[in-house]
Amino acid sequence: MKLHTISINNLRRRKAKMAFLTIGLMVGIATIVTLLTLTASMSSDIGKKMDEFGANILITPQSNDLSMSYGGISLGRVTFDQREISEEDLTRITSIKNNRNILAVSPKVLGGVRLGERDALLVGVNFDSELKMKQWWRIFGEPPKKEGEILLGSAAADTAHLTPGDTVQLAGRPFTVAGVLEQTGSQDDSLVFMPLASAQKLLGKEGRITLVEVAALCSGCPIGDMVVQIAEKLPEAKVTAIQQVVESRLQALDHFRRFAFAVAGVVIFIGSLIVFVTMMGSVTERTTEIGVFRAIGFRKAHIMRIILLEAALVSLLAGVLGYAAGMGGAKLALPFMAESKDAALVWDMAVMAGSMALSLVVGMAASLYPALHASRMDPTEALRAL
Amino acid sequence: MALIRIENLKKHYVSGDETVEALRGVDLAIEAGEFVTIMGQSGSGKSTLLSVLGGMNHPTAGSVDMAGVKLYELSGERLADFRAEHLGFVFQSFHLIQYLTALENVMLPLAITGMKKGEKVQAAREALQRVGLAGKADRLPSQLSGGEQERVAIARAIVKKPPILLADEPTGNLDTKTSEEVMALFRRLNDEGQTVVMVTHNPENCAYADRTIVLRDGLIISEQEDAVTTRSAA
Repeated sequence: MKLHTISINNLRRRKAKMAFLTIGLMVGIATIVTLLTLTASMSSDIGKKMDEFGANILITPQSNDLSMSYGGISLGRVTFDQREISEEDLTRITSIKNNRNILAVSPKVLGGVRLGERDALLVGVNFDSELKMKQWWRIFGEPPKKEGEILLGSAAADTAHLTPGDTVQLAGRPFTVAGVLEQTGSQDDSLVFMPLASAQKLLGKEGRITLVEVAALCSGCPIGDMVVQIAEKLPEAKVTAIQQVVESRLQALDHFRRFAFAVAGVVIFIGSLIVFVTMMGSVTERTTEIGVFRAIGFRKAHIMRIILLEAALVSLLAGVLGYAAGMGGAKLALPFMAESKDAALVWDMAVMAGSMALSLVVGMAASLYPALHASRMDPTEALRAL
Repeated sequence: MALIRIENLKKHYVSGDETVEALRGVDLAIEAGEFVTIMGQSGSGKSTLLSVLGGMNHPTAGSVDMAGVKLYELSGERLADFRAEHLGFVFQSFHLIQYLTALENVMLPLAITGMKKGEKVQAAREALQRVGLAGKADRLPSQLSGGEQERVAIARAIVKKPPILLADEPTGNLDTKTSEEVMALFRRLNDEGQTVVMVTHNPENCAYADRTIVLRDGLIISEQEDAVTTRSAA
């Protein structure tokens, strides 16, 4: 017979009350776990997409004169007498400390060409790295595989009335349209793509690069570090992280996370109120019992220990069940909330430990006053018989 | 030296504008090994006297000396410790913990000691043996008769072998036959050396005691030796 025997046996006897207490706290914990896991999973999903789709670092020559824009990023004004990046510089990019985080390095040379009756922007690319970076591209036909082939954006092809297999003159030389991009809704729709070497030759920029796009595998890691490392390797270039796309998505997620915390806070508060009211009721019901304990010599601390131990046991159970229910809820909700259908649920041990700790803290904090109240009961009043 | 000595004990209760004088100056000495019954009508102050003796009710004035200790000079928690070591309580309504077995109820006072589990169980079984309930250790209170529950309550009160056993109307809820059995048990415990102080309104119970003190309106109006003491003296 120890004090915990009293606590455990009392809980066993009052199963309905214990269930009510557990559920009250469990709902709060489950809510927090669901919301935390959902936001973590959604962040991870966005991060994964950012890893897979698109560049996050842009390298351009140091110049204030660039006025061309590419991918919605203002590049400044291109002048022929500016210093461009050389192809030799590219090897320095892959030698940075975080080179394992580099998915693809896609150098580009830009220049204007006459396509049919209109001017168009010619982009010379390394198609291997470009296709790795732009996985949303859908090509009617094939990507250019050899010199003399080009890939047209959908709008450029429409304007020039070209389809795959057609031949077109660019700067006096014939080129075959190997493929046409399906509409992307981006600037790519109006561009002409050709292998880098061909474009350099056509534009008279052999060995030179106008800009480099780098796709970094950096879900959750500070892209800033890689930007600094690349900038150190290329002191004459301007290296920037394409923050706004990442930031806008993460900002939306951040708003959701704050809202989630607010909701979870309210639910936890209600849960703690349930615990408080139920424990107070339980203590009042046990007035005589507590009087007996005091009469036979239990100290106030002993009484408190009995009550708080009961609260701890219930809270731990609520924490475990709440975590399980929360993960279940997150699993059900994730397909509706995430951007991609195959978004993965994030299992975080810290969330599990945290939810149980939170349940314990909230349960015991809410039971503190009832325990104090019980310990201060006057044994004579409690027993009434005396 | 008396085991219990009370001098000029007074206890007042204030209820609104009214002051109720439950005890108005009681002097009492009880020797070790005595069996004393305290009788009186409702409102005579007998229950208040027992609660003061039990260290649960601070007197308004006067002193209470138990086993050489000035009881109410102890702090609140030291009083609890004193009760644990020196006093055993038997309540009118038994006040057994319903979700504990008879054995567990008897072990309750041992829950706050440093005794090993085996020692606690043995002490509890011995106490149940002394009250004649050795075979019912695993029963819940709801599975015991009134008399059996009272015996469990007595076993709980004596499990730590306290110097003083306080009983508040222990036969109040029992039939005549069971009451006699319970009183005989108290007598037997007293014969074994247990000091017993019992509050009762039943004059028949006084026949088992060495001495009966009669209270009225907060004062002792008479003390008489009982048949038992008279028989022993003879």
